[in-house]
Amino acid sequence: MLIKCPYCGPRDLAEFSVAGEAKERPKFVADFDSPQAQTLFVDAVYFRDNPAGLHKEHWFHAAGCQAWLVVTRDTQTHAFVNVELTRDEERLS
Amino acid sequence: MSGGGFRLKVGGLIDRTRRVEFKFDGETYQGYAGDSLASALLANGIRVVGRSFKYHRPRGVLSAGSEEPNALVELRTGNRREPNVKATTVELYPGLQASSQNRWPSLAFDVQALNGLLKPVFAAGFYYKTFMWPASFWEKVYEPVIRRAAGLGRASGSDDPDHYERNNAHCDLLIIGAGPAGLMAALLAGRAGAKVILADSDCQVGGQLLSTTEIIDGKPAAQWVDSVLLELAAMSNVRILTRTNVVSAYDDGVYAAVERVADHLPEPPPYVPRQRFWRIVCRRAILAAGATERPIAFPNNDRPGIMLSTAVRTYLNRFGVAVGRRPAIYTATDDGWQTARDLIKAGILPAMIIDPRPKAPIGFEDVAASAPVSLGSRVVDTKGRMGLTTIAVKSAKDTRVVFADALAVSGGFNPAIQLASHFGGRPKWSHTIHSFLAANTIAGLECAGAAAGVYCLAEVLRSGAESALAAMEALGLSTKLTEIPFVRRTVCESKPVWWQASEADHGAKVFIDFQHDVTASDIVLAHREGYRSVEHLKRYTTLGMATDQGRTSNLDGLAIMASLTGRTIPETGVTLSRPPTVPVALGAVAGSHKGDAFRPVRETPIHAYALSRGAPFVDVGQWKRPQYFPISEDADLKATAAREVKTVRSQVGVTDVSTLGKVEVEGPDAANFLDRVCAIKASSIKVGRCGYFAMLREDGFLKDDGMMARFTEDRYLVYVSTAHAAAVYRHMQFCRQILWPELDVNLVAVTDGWAQLAIAGPQSPRVVQELVDPPVIISREKFPPLTAAEITVCNGVTARLCALSFSGERSFELAVPAGFGEALVRRVMEIGAPYGIVTYGSEAMGVMRIEKGHPAGGEINGQTTAFDLGMMRALAKDKDHVGRVLSMRPALVDPKRARLVGVKPRDPNNRIHGGAHIVLPDVKPSADSDLGWVSSACYSPTLSSWIGLALVSGGPERVGETVVVHDPLRGGDVQAEIVPACFVDPKSERTRV
Repeated sequence: MLIKCPYCGPRDLAEFSVAGEAKERPKFVADFDSPQAQTLFVDAVYFRDNPAGLHKEHWFHAAGCQAWLVVTRDTQTHAFVNVELTRDEERLS
Repeated sequence: MSGGGFRLKVGGLIDRTRRVEFKFDGETYQGYAGDSLASALLANGIRVVGRSFKYHRPRGVLSAGSEEPNALVELRTGNRREPNVKATTVELYPGLQASSQNRWPSLAFDVQALNGLLKPVFAAGFYYKTFMWPASFWEKVYEPVIRRAAGLGRASGSDDPDHYERNNAHCDLLIIGAGPAGLMAALLAGRAGAKVILADSDCQVGGQLLSTTEIIDGKPAAQWVDSVLLELAAMSNVRILTRTNVVSAYDDGVYAAVERVADHLPEPPPYVPRQRFWRIVCRRAILAAGATERPIAFPNNDRPGIMLSTAVRTYLNRFGVAVGRRPAIYTATDDGWQTARDLIKAGILPAMIIDPRPKAPIGFEDVAASAPVSLGSRVVDTKGRMGLTTIAVKSAKDTRVVFADALAVSGGFNPAIQLASHFGGRPKWSHTIHSFLAANTIAGLECAGAAAGVYCLAEVLRSGAESALAAMEALGLSTKLTEIPFVRRTVCESKPVWWQASEADHGAKVFIDFQHDVTASDIVLAHREGYRSVEHLKRYTTLGMATDQGRTSNLDGLAIMASLTGRTIPETGVTLSRPPTVPVALGAVAGSHKGDAFRPVRETPIHAYALSRGAPFVDVGQWKRPQYFPISEDADLKATAAREVKTVRSQVGVTDVSTLGKVEVEGPDAANFLDRVCAIKASSIKVGRCGYFAMLREDGFLKDDGMMARFTEDRYLVYVSTAHAAAVYRHMQFCRQILWPELDVNLVAVTDGWAQLAIAGPQSPRVVQELVDPPVIISREKFPPLTAAEITVCNGVTARLCALSFSGERSFELAVPAGFGEALVRRVMEIGAPYGIVTYGSEAMGVMRIEKGHPAGGEINGQTTAFDLGMMRALAKDKDHVGRVLSMRPALVDPKRARLVGVKPRDPNNRIHGGAHIVLPDVKPSADSDLGWVSSACYSPTLSSWIGLALVSGGPERVGETVVVHDPLRGGDVQAEIVPACFVDPKSERTRV
């Protein structure tokens, strides 16, 4: 199975490792020890979506360019619908 | 027939000029080159080849292929002995040795055949029912007895002497099966210029064409196969893999195949692998694996001599073997009549042709005229303990006993679609062929020929060509339908004859699954007890769960359940096939990744030096670390470690710390980045200084700890632990790229770039002073602990020097480019000699870190927090960092958590082992009274006592308490005292000399 790495081109699946759903880390909250902060982080760390269909995930090209990638993958067909660099959004903004 | 055997005088594709001698159960027999083990056994009149799994009934060869449930043997001897090998798929080679399985003391007389008399006991679900009580009987009585009674073959029990290899291949079109459909597909695709791989499990291409008397384009089928092979072999774009099973399918057109490179030889020639594991990547695939014939269920249908009709024909036409002198045919398919015709042609008159259908099939009038025929009839019983002697045939008029020493049965054909359902696509029922066809198969895979339910040869050839044409179109290669070779039109009708099960079956031996001895009455029982869903049926009776995956039994079992529940077969369901399609040797999957090549080996830059000093190595991840540097005066390795520790604590020692992970963090935002990644305040470390760091996971648990050095305002070097290096680097990249891409910072892993030595001990400043180039002064004032500097040593060698201590002594970590590592360690030893320097290994280092109470792998195990390990002081609470919020959850800072302390036995000679549990004295050790465990332990030469680090509930609050170190597996109970985790120099005065 091939994954199209934006840097390296199509590369074998074995070069990559997956880190699960691409969830946002909660933004800065002033009081770290407030219940609100804990709720936000508990949600970010422990609660993951498990959809039948499109799923946004973080993948790491460990045996290649070492880029962390944002992958949109169909969990039913295993098809890689989209692979992009995490920094793209940052560059565009 | 010649001699006392069953070999025909002429015919077959065997090489009669090459006799092959082989042994079965110690007796010597002869066969010919081109024989399978099964055909050679049958030619020698061997009818019983094994005993059945549960009832130990005598069993003979059923099939001529990989669907074989009965003829399982142990092949070869010694360390090459392989159990459960199907005799039907073994090619005969000179000196072959095989033995039958599951019998004791001999095939002819088997003590456990008595199980047959106990059949009611061994009915479906007997494991669940019989052995429920008492529980303690399981281990002592039931299990050993069952294992001996129901074992299949024995593995060799020693190392596999052969080697295996793995290979990758890419193609446009993978064709699985080189029978008529596969060959036609290969011809068309090959001529169109596509890159083709044609794989077949047999030793030669042709499939059923090797077993037929059909004429293709005016010549015998086998000759036509030869001409096709000639054309394909001349095409550079076609690769033919014989002896190759395509065993599983994966995403994106990836298929796994196993090529039996040398299994047909006594042993692999030098430098030749036994098997080759192929990873084939293709754009399209055609499954042309043929079909498997179904037996017919009737009472005592498992006697040796009862065989699938196509198998009878294969033994006759391909191997020149008659399976009996007076065979009968029981067929519900037109194909069974072809077997009768071929037998007649070979001069073997069938005892009778029994067909449950009311009329003889069209086109077989010649057969009906030459042999006794009983239409509208069924076989209702058989006799012959060690081989078939008679059959009872029930017609509308009467029941007659017919003498027959073999019975060819043909109940229909099941397309071999196992591979097509590897992604979970449920097969669909076909009313035309009364079997399941592949549906919702794998993208890019199409079935052709018999695998697509097309059985007449002319149509099979066309189906193969058409499937290739469709594949070429999909690939964008232009081609047209090649002329289909001419063959006689035939009919291929059949009518299913399912066993009509009833409660009256109780005790009748109507076998459905031969390999697992599942009978029709077992299915009746499963139905009666409510196990009616196909998945329950399978698990309750073990139907189809043997190594043949129910190739010859699943459908008949389903049909019985369907009739019992009044549903149709498709309503009853179908079980899916799992990979692999045939059993695969684990050695083939591993390929060359075993022994030293199991994983990469990383050697430190001073490996050769350690080797020359006779150091034993210990594996730390992929690294080889020198563990001890023994000298001849040492009594044992414990004495070596003690000597090394004592010398470091009193004089000076040097050790290799190159394996520590090293990550350079560079950029204007380097300090800011590390503040967010680490729980400490990296930005407060001054340039030219080192600092301790703890790194958390986002869930608040400890990820790693270590030291970092800040060489310039915008450049840090982070030393992470050896074992966690890869994961920590990956995590840091995650933080940089995903969490905070706006930070201007870069990370470089430089672990392998540097050789790093720790020089420790009171004399270490003097040794280091002689190494460094001027003007660096190594003194308490000019180079105090936690100093970091980029300098040169030994006249201009680039170096990094940090005054860091893991041992608790005044100590320096000196790094030079990896290539200088060995020269540096030799220079250090030279300079250090007057100071009494020793090289010390990872063992002494471990002892000193336990003496100092530094946490390592046993303590930072993914379940501990900074709080548990007493590191809360190092944590900065006034900033956001990974794990900041969740690390302060009440449960993670609960004083009752298992927290780090030291344990010291009351009697210093009482050994403490890692993994032992801590309980209070006079309390019965149990999960409830357990206070914690010993995470690291060693003998401390400094304290002359065994010591340990432990994670104990309430930890530091218990200092001074007496506890019991409970270790029932090894040392028993040891009285010990809870002490602070740091045993030596708690104020760290020794590091400041």
